Amino acid sequence: MQAKTAAGPKLVVEGATKYYDTKSGPLHALDNTALQVQDGEFACVVGPSGCGKTTLLWSIAGLHSLTSGSVRLDGDEVTGPHPQIGMVFQEANLLPWRNLRANIEFPFEIRRVPPDRARIDHLLQEVGLGGFDEKFPRELSGGMQQRAAIVRALSFDPSVLLMDEPFGALDAFTRDEMNLLVEKIWLETQKTIVFITHNITEAVFLSDNVYVMSARPGRIAKVFPIPFERPRTLDLLATKEVFDLVNEIKAEIESSPSPAIAPPAELTA
Amino acid sequence: MVDKELGDKIPEFGGKEAGGQGVDVTNLSAFTSGTGRRTAGEVFAIIMVAVIIVGGAEAWIRLADIPHYVLPTPSATIVALFTDFRFIGPHLVHTLIELFSGYVIGASIGLILAAVITQFPFAEKIIAPYILMLVTTPMLALVPLLILQFGFGYAPRIIAVALASGPMVMINAATGFRRVDLAKIALARSFGATTFQIFLKIRVPMALPMIIVGLMIGAIFGLLTAVGAEMVGGGFGLGNRLTTFSAQLQMPQFFATILILAILGILIYVFFFLVGKKFASWES
Repeated sequence: MQAKTAAGPKLVVEGATKYYDTKSGPLHALDNTALQVQDGEFACVVGPSGCGKTTLLWSIAGLHSLTSGSVRLDGDEVTGPHPQIGMVFQEANLLPWRNLRANIEFPFEIRRVPPDRARIDHLLQEVGLGGFDEKFPRELSGGMQQRAAIVRALSFDPSVLLMDEPFGALDAFTRDEMNLLVEKIWLETQKTIVFITHNITEAVFLSDNVYVMSARPGRIAKVFPIPFERPRTLDLLATKEVFDLVNEIKAEIESSPSPAIAPPAELTA
Repeated sequence: MVDKELGDKIPEFGGKEAGGQGVDVTNLSAFTSGTGRRTAGEVFAIIMVAVIIVGGAEAWIRLADIPHYVLPTPSATIVALFTDFRFIGPHLVHTLIELFSGYVIGASIGLILAAVITQFPFAEKIIAPYILMLVTTPMLALVPLLILQFGFGYAPRIIAVALASGPMVMINAATGFRRVDLAKIALARSFGATTFQIFLKIRVPMALPMIIVGLMIGAIFGLLTAVGAEMVGGGFGLGNRLTTFSAQLQMPQFFATILILAILGILIYVFFFLVGKKFASWES
């Protein structure tokens, strides 16, 4: 159990600006982005593709440096990979040469600590992967692979879970199933989750707040609080309230200005 | 603070690989993936082809009355293999010693160089053309020079084998090590992996299928070069037997020696095929 000291927000992103050096000149991916996520909040970030959502998430995870700005977790600046942050990548990202068990124990291996077998077994049961220990990723369906990836990210009990379009490659039915599972896990574990998606309905279904990012260079353009009660059911998605909310968010995304060209002079920071 | 492993690349997914621009002439993954399991009928057909060719050769040589010092019958070759094995066996041992020592030296250097050089794209670009030259130049051409330097013993042959197999191993292993999957490295980094852990647990497993292909091709090139070097000079080894037997018109013994070399080559292939199946089957 991690000590929750300050009563402030769990995760604070301030003035996050990011340029990539590319062959065709600097690419302005993030522009002065600010984000505050409360402890235990389920936050979804939506936006057009290529708007810097993944860049934002990688920066929060400490995988990327920002050109300027900062990311703070529990008040401390994140300067590199952080043990309190678990990451779920696009397309599961399992290691194909390891079986399911070895994939899930991978974080423990890297940290040179014995794996928490009881916790892993419990999580595997919960996501319906009990008894698949010896299977290799290629023997599992896309949904099963992504469930394994979620177990891997939760295995070392981080307080923050960052999910980068985890269900983008899944069919609609599997996606619904996975969304229900993620909500259930979130309700049980009370993790703070930052979830990136370009599927607005998914964002509305899952989150407490939907953060809309503008087209590149990305910044948080607007926040939509999602008022629906938990636990939510798939029936909710058929209601007029959800329909209107989804359309409102869609309109917000479409109204954002087209990608700007990065001024190279700003590179020094 | 740019991450030393991830650099400052734009996150990319979908199995896209950010490959380097080094030499990449060999992609022989077909070697390790094989052609799949054969049915009983296919096995039967393969055996039938052998029976027809061997039987046909036997019949044709006998009917056409070709003298055995021009072309021996398959049966005479088999007989010679057993009756004269005591004249061939010791030379097989010499060849194996040269092949093994040269290969271990060459393959080790090749593997280490591949692992190191791929970590430094600039150095790799500079060295790549020279490695390509080593791969494409037949090392057999150097054997007369090596003999001048090192005499008629094992030394020139072992060096030639090492020079032939090393670059083959290196060029394939380098192709493997260059397969950078940013998402997998990011995964390991997100758990706080060090550079060495990423090398050991991500880069090496990803490179393994290509490393095994390289080791196989290197071994086969090593065998080729060992026999060739033995034919050029020195009084022992299977290659030397080939020149001696043909000079003495002992064609059954000559073909028996070739049969041994063919079996040796196939054993090398089968060995690495099984190694590939065990350690690299996740890729197919």
